[in-house]
Amino acid sequence: MRYLPHTENDISVMLDAVKKETLEDLFTVIPENCKRKDLLALPGALTEWELDSLMKTRAGANASPTEYTVFLGAGSYNHFIPETVSYLIGRSEFATSYTPYQPEVSQGTLQAIYEYQTFAAMLTGMDLSNASLYDGATALAEACLMALRISKKNTIAISTLIHPHYRHVVNTYLEPTDCEVIEIPMLESGCTDFSVISGERELAAVVVQSPNFFGCIENIEELSEICRKGDSLLISSFTEPLAYGLFKTPGEQGADIVCGEGQSLGIPVSFGGPGLGIFTTRSKYVRSMPGRLVGKTKDKNGRRGFVLTLATREQHIRRGRATSNICTNSSLCALAATIYMSSLGKTGFRNLAKINYDKSEYLKKKLTDKGYDIPFAAPAFNEFVVKCPDGFRHTYDELLKKHIVAGLPLAKYYPELTEHYLFCVTETSSKESMDAFLKEIP
Amino acid sequence: MNEGKKSIAESISREPLLWDRGRVGRSGFSLPKRDVEDTPINEALLGQGPDFPDVSEVDVVRHFTKLSQLNFGVDTGMYPLGSCTMKYNPKINEKQAKLEGFTGAHPLLPCELSQGALEVMAELEEFLLEITGMDAVTLQPAAGAHGELTGMLIMHAYHKFHGSHRTKIIIPDTAHGTNPASAALCGFKTVPVTSGPDGILGADTVAEIMDEETAGIMITNPNTLGLFEEHILKIAEAVHEKGGLVYGDGANMNAIMGIADVGALGIDILHLNLHKTFSTPHGGGGPGSGPVCVMKNLASFLPVPRIITHNGEFALSEDFPLSIGRIHGFYGNFSVMVKALSYILSMGSDLKKASQLAVLNANYIKEKLKDVLHLPFDRPCMHECVFTDRLQQKNKISTLDMAKRLIDYGYHPPTIYFPLVVSGAIMIEPTETESKEEIDNFVEAFKAIAEEAAHSPDLLRQAPTAGRISRLDETEAARHPCLTG
Repeated sequence: MRYLPHTENDISVMLDAVKKETLEDLFTVIPENCKRKDLLALPGALTEWELDSLMKTRAGANASPTEYTVFLGAGSYNHFIPETVSYLIGRSEFATSYTPYQPEVSQGTLQAIYEYQTFAAMLTGMDLSNASLYDGATALAEACLMALRISKKNTIAISTLIHPHYRHVVNTYLEPTDCEVIEIPMLESGCTDFSVISGERELAAVVVQSPNFFGCIENIEELSEICRKGDSLLISSFTEPLAYGLFKTPGEQGADIVCGEGQSLGIPVSFGGPGLGIFTTRSKYVRSMPGRLVGKTKDKNGRRGFVLTLATREQHIRRGRATSNICTNSSLCALAATIYMSSLGKTGFRNLAKINYDKSEYLKKKLTDKGYDIPFAAPAFNEFVVKCPDGFRHTYDELLKKHIVAGLPLAKYYPELTEHYLFCVTETSSKESMDAFLKEIP
Repeated sequence: MNEGKKSIAESISREPLLWDRGRVGRSGFSLPKRDVEDTPINEALLGQGPDFPDVSEVDVVRHFTKLSQLNFGVDTGMYPLGSCTMKYNPKINEKQAKLEGFTGAHPLLPCELSQGALEVMAELEEFLLEITGMDAVTLQPAAGAHGELTGMLIMHAYHKFHGSHRTKIIIPDTAHGTNPASAALCGFKTVPVTSGPDGILGADTVAEIMDEETAGIMITNPNTLGLFEEHILKIAEAVHEKGGLVYGDGANMNAIMGIADVGALGIDILHLNLHKTFSTPHGGGGPGSGPVCVMKNLASFLPVPRIITHNGEFALSEDFPLSIGRIHGFYGNFSVMVKALSYILSMGSDLKKASQLAVLNANYIKEKLKDVLHLPFDRPCMHECVFTDRLQQKNKISTLDMAKRLIDYGYHPPTIYFPLVVSGAIMIEPTETESKEEIDNFVEAFKAIAEEAAHSPDLLRQAPTAGRISRLDETEAARHPCLTG
């Protein structure tokens, strides 16, 4: 096997050195009744070329965006990714290193994370960021746990327009605690109805997502006022950070913790993972924050350098009393996002966001012209809900045969929204493909 | 942001921060053409947009290439970081994960349009069960610690389902810090248990503290001293007798693939690290993947959605009412799964050979270095061996000094000061992908360092000196945190 460098001679010399006769003898410490009797029943080893051909078949059995027109978003977005991103994150000095415990040989990873933290803070309008978490959903769960720690209260109010999977993850994480999760309903506009929590003082945190699951822009400023009066923390989640190229950031509208999914920033959809859990907050909460942090410092000779810092919050020091059990970040994805954000720059980021907005507005308008109902009137980014005529499910199935995925049926998540579909349009959807879709529907 | 003028020597030794390269008017992105009309937006909603620097594509490539050169990876050289299994990451696996049919597959596609991705996951599940000897598995956890949390949630749900309120969990002193932290997230109080004089856990010690308020035990086998927990069957018996469950931390699975039958060891829940045992790259600290395997009686508690087959097609089902729920936004780190599956398919039954050679390499290092480094437990080890700095302490040389000096010799240092049960621990895990020559060179380097410790200790205290940067002031970094630029 090409990954195993030992010759028969090496093995025999090494066995001599450790005073064993066979490789099996290395395992005499394992009691016989714990040993495997039979061989591993795995397929015979494949050559590189056999593996290529098998994997090509598997990959070919999925709908790829070059063969299909896919109007799907809902937490996973298809954007163009500059070649530089995959080229640079593929450099093995980044890819094959581990958590930068030894800063003298990890300055590359450390500086890149420091730059990522700076960009993530800018993107969300917050003071500081951690080195990233697994994904948007787990970042939200960690934010809720952090709010419970800070506030010492035990109720969390969460908007019904948070991504349903995120709500599900939060419930899973909080199940063993005595925390109560209450859901805030929506208004007819497609935004959250904050009036129901106005005057409430027992909430550890209020959780909102903007753009929300329907793509609608929430009024975080208004919510911030309610939270301030109720002495609750405001957690602002997101799934599409490109929106902050155009719209006000959660930070400038008063959020205390901003967390969400950074997949849009140069990371392929890859069947939902890996993603990038972005997590930012205000300076005063830094010591309650979960996850790794990189800080700037100096070496013995006064040269600038970077290290992992504030580790006393973490599991390897505090064990059972740590702020979370997180041991790593989503480092290579954070690097991809940093490269992506630098490639776009301030100017490119804003322009790209506007193109996304304009394209989705185009499809929205054309659908309205055709008589389709857009039930939620609030301004939206990239995504919007369409109420389709009764029996559209049949059209949807017919469209699949024509290589068009006409959005996400919402009834599974919101049973009252039968025949409602969530459409997503990004810069990757051409006018031509949208027009072709429009021609196919009644 | 600008840090002032630098000498030429200094600018060669480090890379400026990215924003120092920024100039308005540059761009590193090929902006897609506008083919629709501009639509006005409500001004009141508009923000400024993030103030990222505008840089050219060349700036981006040079900047990140230079940063990469400040890093050490497995491809750079031997990376014997104990407990992390820094084995070679095969290039062919990266190619598979980049196939457009995988990278472009949207997670919410109708199942009939994602059969290939689901088959990859189903196949990986099947192989992991064969390798561990367990009954059911979830691929959803995104990392080892995430797998631990999933395992603890399953344990919590199991006891709740059986109407048993349990508040404690037994964790040996050799455990990874993530174990107690994961247990704490489920409200369990840690009951620490000390390993015996031979570095392993005694069954009686566990039996004495195991009671009906204890949910179970979290045990790493082989443990973090690199030793096989020989009494595992009796320990499991003691825990099961009082209605508890045994959680196995599979971080060290690389020692026993095809050799020990985890299912038969009495372990009920086990997490694996695809980024350790199954060769996927660590990526500077993620993304990893931490599948959780369970025995039959716990299968119904696994996270949803789960992969099922229906009329010969793969599908995702949430119809498991006892499930702990969802623990990831979608299905876990799919592209990492593609790489791990590629590895298993390339290795076949040679996985057993990989474990054998990993253990041979570690025992060889143990034998070769035990004359110059103090070996606290002189018994056959598994895939890693743990030394201490006791012999060097008389020259006031610490583990940290030796670790930093290794950098000057061209090696990534081993894991240091872990496990906590050994003072000044030096934990060396060579993995099976290092050849005899590489290991001989590493041994010679360590011997030379031990010699220097005795005769010219200042060389170690100043180390590293060969690189672009010397020891960093971590105290200052924590006292006055500067986390953004």
